[in-house]
Amino acid sequence: MSLLDFLRPRPKNTASIARERLRIIVAQERATRGGPDYLPLLRNELLEVIRKYVHVDTDAVQINVERSSEGEVLELSVALPEPKAATGT
Amino acid sequence: MTETIVITSGKGGVGKTTTSASLATGLAQRGHKTAVIDFDVGLRNLDLIMGCERRVVYDFVNVIQNEATLKQALIRDKRHDNLYVLAASQTRDKEALTQDGVERVLEELKQDGFDYIVCDSPAGIEKGAHLAMYFADRAVVVVNPEVSSVRDSDRILGLLSSKTRRAERGEGAGAQHLLLTRYNPVRVEAGEMMSVKDVEEILGIPVLGVIPESENVLAASNSGVPVIHDAGSIAGQAYADAVARLLGEDVSMRFLDAPKKGFFKRMFGT
Repeated sequence: MSLLDFLRPRPKNTASIARERLRIIVAQERATRGGPDYLPLLRNELLEVIRKYVHVDTDAVQINVERSSEGEVLELSVALPEPKAATGT
Repeated sequence: MTETIVITSGKGGVGKTTTSASLATGLAQRGHKTAVIDFDVGLRNLDLIMGCERRVVYDFVNVIQNEATLKQALIRDKRHDNLYVLAASQTRDKEALTQDGVERVLEELKQDGFDYIVCDSPAGIEKGAHLAMYFADRAVVVVNPEVSSVRDSDRILGLLSSKTRRAERGEGAGAQHLLLTRYNPVRVEAGEMMSVKDVEEILGIPVLGVIPESENVLAASNSGVPVIHDAGSIAGQAYADAVARLLGEDVSMRFLDAPKKGFFKRMFGT
């Protein structure tokens, strides 16, 4: 960092943005890995159905396959948006 | 005892072939009889990086299809007589590589007393990449500190732990190592590039080595001399360190910090 650098706008720390984006996507891809190939498709179709009724983000639907001695459990979680203050009609 | 090591990455252009050439050369320099095999059928390049492109007569596919013996196809390195290159076929279709054929070649190398077999994987997750990793005891995943490379590496790690012979036999995934290439400590310090620690944390496997970005890597491939021969370059030294760690030696990481700037530079910048 030189004196002259103070006169220039500081660039954003893009490395930390990359790190956070990767953390999320890698965790998501690991969760569906090894599971049936239809999982990503299932996730997208579920998302479409849910979006007919509630407006949720694309990452609102999380699918997980849990393996235990008794078998496999397909775990599904949907994060609903915060209820907004009533918008009277 | 022969150890088969795959050099893989998923993404292309991250330095798999450069790494295969230097690690194989390094193992040979340390006295181990080593073969390095190019699995990139149709896009042969290891021969160029190893500087033996004009001596390729028979290739990997010729051996698999019994058109040549392994002895005829192995090219002895000019500098080390315990280092051999097996080139990929340039013209055949990718289906020419078969699982049985690859197994037979690897088995024959073991019988011939090779200590290390280094498999240079093609990019992607198709047949060539699959066969390069299938028989491996260990894997070196080459990664650039860049988003697409890191994501692809994670995909490859998933395949390594499920689609190899070891995994299928329930022997568990073999050892996996990360090798970061094109590392630029100055950009890491400026927050423009992910650090070794970032990449290691995201992927969750130990780092075998960090190869700093260096003009000597291009110079080495230009002249067909693996960069590990360039003992004066930091990239060459970093590869030599990685080879030592591959052999189980405890060598501390070098070249991770940006060179310190002098007073004048600190005040007035570059």
